[in-house]
Amino acid sequence: MTADAHGIRRQLYPVALPAHEKIMLRPAHRMLLAVSALLLIGTFLFPLWRISLVAPQYPEGLGMLITVNTVKGVEPHHLENINGLNHYIGMKRIVPDAIPELRIMPWALGALLLTGLGAAALGNRRIARLWTLLFFVGALAGLADFWWWQYDYGHNLDWENAPIKIPGMSYQPPLIGSKQLLNFTATSWPDPGGLAAFASLGLAVLVLVHDARNKAGSNGALLHSPENTQ
Amino acid sequence: MTRSRSTGWTVATASLAVVALYAYGCGPAARSGGTIGATGDVASQVYVAPGSHDEFYAFLSGGFNGQLSVVGLPSGRTLKIIPVFSQHPENGYGYNEETKPMLETTFGFVPWDDLHHTSLSQTNGETDGRWLFVNGNNTPRVARVDLTHMETTEILQIPNSAGNHASPFITGNSEYVLAATRFSVPIPQADVPISSYKTNFKGTVSFIRADKPGQMDIAFQLLVPGFNYDLARAGKGPSEDWVFFTSYNTEEAFEKLEINASKNDKDYVAAVNWKVLEACVAKGTFRTMDAEYNHNVMDEFSREGKATVKRGVKVLEPSQCPGSLYYMPTPKSPHGADVDPTGEYIVAGGKLATVIPVHSFSRMMQAIKDKAFDGDAYGAPILKYEATIAGEVQDPGLGPLHTEFDGKGYAYTSIFISSEVVKWKLGTWEVVDRIPTYYSVGHLMIPGGDTKKPFGKYALAMNKITKDRFLPTGPELAHSAQLYDISGDRMKLLLDFPTIGEPHYASALPAALIKDKQKKFYSLAENTHPKVARSARESGVERKGKTVHVRMSAIRSSFSPDNIEGIQAGDTVLFHVTNIEQDWDVPHGFAIMGATNAELLVMPGETRTLKWIPKTAGVYPMYCTDFCSALHQEMQGYVRVGPSGSTVALSATTTRRAQQAARMAANQGNAAERMALNQLRSPLSAKADSQRVPTVDPHAAHRVAAPAVPKPR
Repeated sequence: MTADAHGIRRQLYPVALPAHEKIMLRPAHRMLLAVSALLLIGTFLFPLWRISLVAPQYPEGLGMLITVNTVKGVEPHHLENINGLNHYIGMKRIVPDAIPELRIMPWALGALLLTGLGAAALGNRRIARLWTLLFFVGALAGLADFWWWQYDYGHNLDWENAPIKIPGMSYQPPLIGSKQLLNFTATSWPDPGGLAAFASLGLAVLVLVHDARNKAGSNGALLHSPENTQ
Repeated sequence: MTRSRSTGWTVATASLAVVALYAYGCGPAARSGGTIGATGDVASQVYVAPGSHDEFYAFLSGGFNGQLSVVGLPSGRTLKIIPVFSQHPENGYGYNEETKPMLETTFGFVPWDDLHHTSLSQTNGETDGRWLFVNGNNTPRVARVDLTHMETTEILQIPNSAGNHASPFITGNSEYVLAATRFSVPIPQADVPISSYKTNFKGTVSFIRADKPGQMDIAFQLLVPGFNYDLARAGKGPSEDWVFFTSYNTEEAFEKLEINASKNDKDYVAAVNWKVLEACVAKGTFRTMDAEYNHNVMDEFSREGKATVKRGVKVLEPSQCPGSLYYMPTPKSPHGADVDPTGEYIVAGGKLATVIPVHSFSRMMQAIKDKAFDGDAYGAPILKYEATIAGEVQDPGLGPLHTEFDGKGYAYTSIFISSEVVKWKLGTWEVVDRIPTYYSVGHLMIPGGDTKKPFGKYALAMNKITKDRFLPTGPELAHSAQLYDISGDRMKLLLDFPTIGEPHYASALPAALIKDKQKKFYSLAENTHPKVARSARESGVERKGKTVHVRMSAIRSSFSPDNIEGIQAGDTVLFHVTNIEQDWDVPHGFAIMGATNAELLVMPGETRTLKWIPKTAGVYPMYCTDFCSALHQEMQGYVRVGPSGSTVALSATTTRRAQQAARMAANQGNAAERMALNQLRSPLSAKADSQRVPTVDPHAAHRVAAPAVPKPR
């Protein structure tokens, strides 16, 4: 059957190909797009982000992991201990259940993964571009939201009851990188889950850029088409 | 001028001559005069750089302080004091309600003992790093220390025993901890003339089941002739079914022992076959004696000590169980009976002898087979000295006490009277090196030196006398330990360090064996203490007659409750303080003015209880005693005590009460409005409350007993 279909396709080739090339991605690109979508599985398996805290009296460090659906300590009690320390500066307790984004994120990433696979299956360039755009905007929104939470926790302090009050001091950890917050050096960095998401987005963009370039020289694309060279 | 100058020269020359003569005349003394330790770069061998860790954990018995000290080697730094048989106000051991039961005995509460020897658990004859066992000599007891948190977790009293000195020595797979009597006494105890010693006094060898934590028990006791049993070792390899005890006072003297127990030319090493004894007991060859003894166990989860009185002990006599006991004659009141790593040689340190006799296990077995007996002692065969002896170390020095092994074919014997350590070769019995100790060494310890696999890098000598070795501190001076490098051909003194108490013996193991198994805190979720407060919301007060229970939580940097009112003079107030931290190295202390016991030092996740009986009305401050945080000084509170019969209601400011108070304050207004509001809010607040109070807490109802309306101040 495949052979038949193939044969038919071959017959149609000279006529159908230009139109096909116009709207469809090449198989290799579709494959890479599928890989890009599958990379998002990593966001479910590994934490997205890690905030590490090191201080003179915490040489072993404290750390917080942001996963697809919760915030937890690197070690079982780290989150509690971070909350315990934060009470001195009047910071709100970090309560994962109170962060609605964490409830949305698994669905959003799951949907992105599935639609990505769908786009790869369909092979339609427009859909693929739309998907990548959505992904890009979503990622930006996610980072902005994360930054906003960090800002909120770092700035909206209980000045009334905080035992330690340092005028002008706020405690927002960096989005990426290190920052000294009183005795703690806070380091924020994507963890394997976050890196997988970046890799996924990066791959999708690269595929589409490569595709766009090849399409720009569409004559060449025809010549280099594997079917053609056979 | 000329004359005075020449006089000066004469004086100087004469002084030099005198010094030289003195040095020459007192050879050994001169050697000791500060030059020791200056040979080579020994400082770097014991220097453990800041932030670096020692290579070995050493556990030094504290002798008459009833404690253990944990010391790092080679630095000699004291890392921790572990109270075992003695109260320790520093952390409340033996003062707080949870640990008081650990010191219960059938004699009553005994808050002190003489802790002599240490023994690390073994698997296949090698150190396995699970537990450390120690003995209480005065009120016969054996304790287990768990090496994952370095605390006393179990104490077993030994019945039919007095002077639990030959204890606790462990068998190759930690099956038994051995405990034999230094003092023979009437067994069972009886009011008899002391002069009836020979007829009425007996010793015992106890076999304590040791391989199951929390379940130490006297498996059986062997009733032995009324000699003084001193030290012991279990056999290894070919001799692993046997244990060897030294005995002295085979004269069975009961007065002026100094003279009367030193008359016999030879005393004995007792060889006991515990496998034979086990078989006899299994066959039912024993009688159950009615004896009471305490078994005290610290629960792993509630961390409460529980004292239980056990009854009855299986006792058998050597004559009932042939082949279970033989005596090997050994010169002059032997102290140590030490078995070499191969299990073939049993070295006996005759403390008044001029040689170190070494018995051969294989020759002993042959002698038993050949019945090479030289009479018997109360039915136990005495083997011929010539039949069991493998060799004698000649001229070892005066007063050989105790021997350890390096696993490379050498033995090291501490020599008390001539104050030195002597290194000699197993098999040839020749002395190959000797080095002074400062002064009067008792025991010697090589990490793993009592096992099949010694770590023969260092030897630690524990000295009875220090005199001029450290800055003087009045008449009472520290005992000391000296660390020797034994890795080369010649022993090298590396370090002197003062010790805590009087270490009679020590055990050490490579730090790597247990370092990573150390607990950092106790799990609050697993805390099953009946009065635990897992959060500030679970804290509160409760009166039961004249007793008031305060469930208190402690976290940086506050107690909840921190204000308590309604206590009456004469009440028994029990502060159950739970440290609700789950972080490393954050203990909280608790003390209240006028408490007649001690403080509490509460580790993260655990609950400790202080009993306090205020006698007079007033306001009493309480505070955290362990500098826990930047706001440690703010970690305090007050207890208001009224006279007996005071009408002030019992109340406490806990987080939950504070929330209620805030709600009430917010609802201040006319009563109707408040009622309406309350009705409106009640479903919500009830829900909120039920969410806050964990359902696992069976005592939640108690807190409701406290008045809901904050009383006017």
